[in-house]
Amino acid sequence: MAYSEKLMEHFANPRNVGKIDDADGVGEVGNAKCGDIMKVFIKVADGIISDVKFNTFGCASAIATSSMATEMIKGKSIEDALSLTNKAVVEALDGLPPAKIHCSVLAEEAVKAAIADYCNKTGKELQGGPKKCEGCCRACEVHNGD
Amino acid sequence: MDERVTEGRKMERIYVDNAATTAMYAVTVEKMLPYFSEVYGNPSSLHSFGREAAAAISEAREVIAKNIGATAKEIAFTSGGTEADNWAIVSAAKLSAESGKKHIVSTTIEHHAVLHTLQRLEKEGFEVIYLNVGANGIVRAEDVKNAIRPDTALVTVMYANNEIGTIQPIAEIGAVCREKGVLFHTDAVQAAGHLPINVKAENIDLLSLSAHKFHGPKGVGALFCRNDIRLQSLLTGGAQERGRRPGTENVGAIAGMAAAFVKACGNMAKNAEVLSRMRDKLIGELLKIPRSRLNGDKEKRLPGNASFCFEGIEGESLLLMLDMKGICASSGSACTSGSLDPSHVLLAIGLPHEIAHGSLRISLSEFNKPEEIEYIVKTLPGIVRKLRDMSPVWERIEKEGV
Repeated sequence: MAYSEKLMEHFANPRNVGKIDDADGVGEVGNAKCGDIMKVFIKVADGIISDVKFNTFGCASAIATSSMATEMIKGKSIEDALSLTNKAVVEALDGLPPAKIHCSVLAEEAVKAAIADYCNKTGKELQGGPKKCEGCCRACEVHNGD
Repeated sequence: MDERVTEGRKMERIYVDNAATTAMYAVTVEKMLPYFSEVYGNPSSLHSFGREAAAAISEAREVIAKNIGATAKEIAFTSGGTEADNWAIVSAAKLSAESGKKHIVSTTIEHHAVLHTLQRLEKEGFEVIYLNVGANGIVRAEDVKNAIRPDTALVTVMYANNEIGTIQPIAEIGAVCREKGVLFHTDAVQAAGHLPINVKAENIDLLSLSAHKFHGPKGVGALFCRNDIRLQSLLTGGAQERGRRPGTENVGAIAGMAAAFVKACGNMAKNAEVLSRMRDKLIGELLKIPRSRLNGDKEKRLPGNASFCFEGIEGESLLLMLDMKGICASSGSACTSGSLDPSHVLLAIGLPHEIAHGSLRISLSEFNKPEEIEYIVKTLPGIVRKLRDMSPVWERIEKEGV
């Protein structure tokens, strides 16, 4: 298993680490039993994600995908942010080892969960709804409805 | 001169993953070199080239036997610890099955070379009981005794654990097995060259060892098999190793293994003292980190093994951040193993998944220096802090104090 240079760079210097105390939307996905938890905080102004921060418990690829996914939605409209895919995150990191693809799915989910929370709080209709994990991580009983 | 003949020092890196593999001694390499060029005969050949190679193997067999209290003909060479484990267990199981015995006693903390071999035997109709270990990572000889039945074919318990370094009560288990008339195998891959072993005194019938764990080459190991036990061959082919293990012997590696074993056994007492002092320094200092724990018994552990869990962080991240600082260690986290579950050993000692994910194994050798320990002790807490600062799990732990 080898990580790309880009991934290692994001792991070593993760962007947007932290919390936003007065966040407009907060999303948390994963569980500690699986070994990955991502929490994303967003600030929204005029339909634009003006600030984004994350907290992640997990492996290098979990941290790097959180960093990349948050970078990719910063300054974007809610609609654009909702179109973020895990595939785009993987590509932006120059690839992920097969066993780590679930990290990118988690990053996409975390972003979308934060947007869903924002929409929920502000009474806005969420286009497409938050993406649910599609059995990416067999160990994760949360997603298995357990 | 630094005896480490690898390029381990080139970047001022610190190698503390000696339970994974070790750097070869200079004497190991020196001993091996002629067999790549001058002494290249096939040990089975009758001419002088062959006889020279055969002599090297005989000499190696003698010295390895001597250092574990065995006789030369009780030692058979293998491709490593995994083959020795497979061979011993499968062979002993099949041998006992001839007399209708199809029950095996083992533990939950064995290496996969043992566990997966046992699982294969289970599919073939053997019944295996995996004894639990205590929170200290040690199985009780009493539990082994109670698990033995009239149809028990074999007891297989590792000498020392590869992840948490705990030393098992091998002599006691050996005595129990001898008393009950059951074959006893021990996977001594982590112990050989590090702990004194005497197969006779400890009533060991079969013992596996691997050269690269004691500064020998990779790809070679040995199986001790008590004189009167008829080993079955796993492979078919020529009559090498007294008809027990076909295939032309890896002469240079065997000679190198013997040279390394002699040196490791000679250095053992001094290493035990020096390494355990460094180990205890690591343990003492790193346990000052809040919500950290030592895995495995504090006393009954390998001199070079320090295994920790740090709550709120994940082991692979910790490992890679240490690597960036030049510290090369290991973790039993799911992410490092490529599986979804953290190490079976950490779960076996009762750690919940979320804590087992944050494991770190630091394993020392005689090449490590006290300055390196100082550097680790100085560097590691900052990395744990950095990862905890971005961990939602740690935030919860701090808030709720759970």
